[in-house]
Amino acid sequence: MADKKDIDEFSGIETTGHDWDGIKELNNPLPRWWLWTFYACIVFALGYSIAYPAWPGITGATKGLLGWSSRANVSADLASVEASRAVLGEKILAMDLADIEADPDLLQFAVAGGASAFKVNCSQCHGAGAAGGGGYPNLLDDDWIWGGDLEQIYLTLQHGIRYDADEDTRLSDMPAFGADEILERSDILDVAWYVRQISGQEHDAEAALRGQTVFEDNCTACHGDTGAGEPDLGAPNISDAIWLYGGSYDEIVTQISKPQQGVMPGWADRLSGATTKQLAIYVHSLGGGE
Amino acid sequence: MSNIGTLDDPSEPQELYAARKKIFPKRASGDFRRLKWIIMFVTLAIYYITPWLRWDRGPYAPDQAVLVDVAHRRFYFFFIEIWPQEFYFVAGMLVMAGIGLFLVTSVVGRAWCGYTCPQTVWTDLFLVVERFIEGDRNARMKLDAAPYTFTKIRKRVIKHTIWLLIAVATGGAWIFYFADAPTLFVDLFTGQAAFVAYATVAVLTATTYVFGGHMREQVCNYMCPWPRIQAAMLDEDSLVVTYNDWRGEPRTHGRKKAAAAGDPMGDCVDCNACVVVCPAGIDIRDGQQMECITCALCIDACDDIMGKLGREKGLISYSTLSDYNTNMALATDPETKTINPDRVRDENGFVDGLRHFDWRIFLRPRTLLYFSIWAMIGIGLLTALTLRDRLGVNVQHDRNPIFVQLSDGAIRNSYTVKILNMVQEPRTITLSLEGLPGATMAIGGLDQPDGVSFDVPVEPDKLRALRVFVRQPAANVVPGSTQFHLIVEDKQSDERDVYEAAFEAPESK
Repeated sequence: MADKKDIDEFSGIETTGHDWDGIKELNNPLPRWWLWTFYACIVFALGYSIAYPAWPGITGATKGLLGWSSRANVSADLASVEASRAVLGEKILAMDLADIEADPDLLQFAVAGGASAFKVNCSQCHGAGAAGGGGYPNLLDDDWIWGGDLEQIYLTLQHGIRYDADEDTRLSDMPAFGADEILERSDILDVAWYVRQISGQEHDAEAALRGQTVFEDNCTACHGDTGAGEPDLGAPNISDAIWLYGGSYDEIVTQISKPQQGVMPGWADRLSGATTKQLAIYVHSLGGGE
Repeated sequence: MSNIGTLDDPSEPQELYAARKKIFPKRASGDFRRLKWIIMFVTLAIYYITPWLRWDRGPYAPDQAVLVDVAHRRFYFFFIEIWPQEFYFVAGMLVMAGIGLFLVTSVVGRAWCGYTCPQTVWTDLFLVVERFIEGDRNARMKLDAAPYTFTKIRKRVIKHTIWLLIAVATGGAWIFYFADAPTLFVDLFTGQAAFVAYATVAVLTATTYVFGGHMREQVCNYMCPWPRIQAAMLDEDSLVVTYNDWRGEPRTHGRKKAAAAGDPMGDCVDCNACVVVCPAGIDIRDGQQMECITCALCIDACDDIMGKLGREKGLISYSTLSDYNTNMALATDPETKTINPDRVRDENGFVDGLRHFDWRIFLRPRTLLYFSIWAMIGIGLLTALTLRDRLGVNVQHDRNPIFVQLSDGAIRNSYTVKILNMVQEPRTITLSLEGLPGATMAIGGLDQPDGVSFDVPVEPDKLRALRVFVRQPAANVVPGSTQFHLIVEDKQSDERDVYEAAFEAPESK
């Protein structure tokens, strides 16, 4: 089969002459335009690799004549998003919080923007769902140490709590009754039972009765006669079911003896005014706002 | 033994690529051509006119009869409107289209390809233009071979211009299905339309022009998978365009000479009429071929010739493989193994044993099965369409955290409740809570006191998402998970949807 055409017997089609253990390759020619399409693709690829970043080098790839860059595109996209938000952002900055909440469109925008800012800036302590955790307040419930209306939340957000860098920061300082030996150990143990009593928990009634006197002498100034707290002073309500540092007897004793005092940074110098306002509206919308 | 990887003769390179053979289909006329004109007219009319049909849906919905409103995620089809989550209707229709295609193919072969495929319809339309400008087959062949003179250039320019206009109209019609047609039409010409509209028109113009004008049968042969799949759909009882060798062979040009010599004479006079009309450029007398789209124009051409010669029509006909085989067996001389048409003829025409078209072959287990599946899906879709709800509620329970303890010991769960008002009227929907002792709801953004039932206004054809806070007093709280119902109701129409939600509380108090 050296010099004549090889025709496949069954199909009547010429073979390419390629023969693998008796299996022959038929020559069904491709359309020629197919070949031209293939060449056109090569030409296109070459042009593309000149126009766009393509060829890898030692310090980086070629830049391409068009100067296209995915990073630049992202920056441009982000800038345009920022620009599109700026209009509503400025409106929010100029308006009262209550007015923003009354406008459905602005409210929706502020809640969405606040939720996103919350994930970035707040969730580290307060949790992604704002439910807090040991020592970090739950923002969903109706118990607010410093007040839970829009203005108070906004104020807390701006200046923080016990935040040294801001002189307007919220400051409350419960004495360390045990560590500083202000009260006897036995008094602390008694007053803790009293706190258990006013918060409606199981308690030692006899000890609580003794503790009541201690409470009236030492605690009512801030926490109030009934232990309902005083948001203006940042004194928590200790007669309800919510405990920042735990409501068990031991935890109460510990907190009286040597109080933990959490710190929250102020955000006025870190976030834009509009973002802080959106955060306040978002937190207020979570269900516990007053 | 084997000569792996070597060519027969290196001095004479083999052609691995073939230039396209130009095809100049001649105009056919006859029953099938008439049918194809009608189908072409109807399908093109449906395509171009549909977006312009109006359908009044009241003040809250577009009045375009068929509209794919991608921006608002709605699909309108006359009296039907579907939301994205009802896409199964479209999926069901696509399945029906698929099975319908199987059904048609197993009955009449590649009827889709030959009559209704857009590639065939637009190629036909482009051919009409080509014939009108350049003349029929012979004139076109002559023109093609001629040097570029003024006349030739003029004809070519006119032809391509008309082709391009048709292509633009085709691409242009497509986008009207996706926006309000009259508005978009004006926008399109005033430069106000979206970039994607112009881009779509450009792309579809290019494909229509290239596929219909230049690629034609190449699209079917090299690009479309369906011709290859369809082979699996055909069986020996499917009607396909068939050259009946049993009465055609041997082809006899000079009948007097053959008669004098006493040779057998077939009906085929080898006039080539079937070949010249073929838009795929094949010879049907070579048997069933992948390239054949069964447009049946060769039947028209051959019937015309047979009529003129005073012979029975149907030398090329729709016929099944099983009939063909029976007839071939009758016509084949058992000794010489050659065809002698005299064996199937008698003085009245054809002998009795010959098999002809019989409509009963439509009813076979295969076609009945396809039809019943097709019909069942159709009935299922219709039932679903009749019974579907136009009011719905979806509830998402907040998971982080799943519950919140309040200062008085009560437990609160938060939900995102989505009320779906799927009619084109504003409605007041009552959302109520049932089966959770002592519990009350509060709804964010709705200035109403806590309660177990709320009237919520919902805009026409919209979804309204609400933040719902459900609060159960400490005394009623059951540890763990409690099932309860969130119910939406339209008190005027008595429509109602119930969601079984869970209320979560701490495992221990």
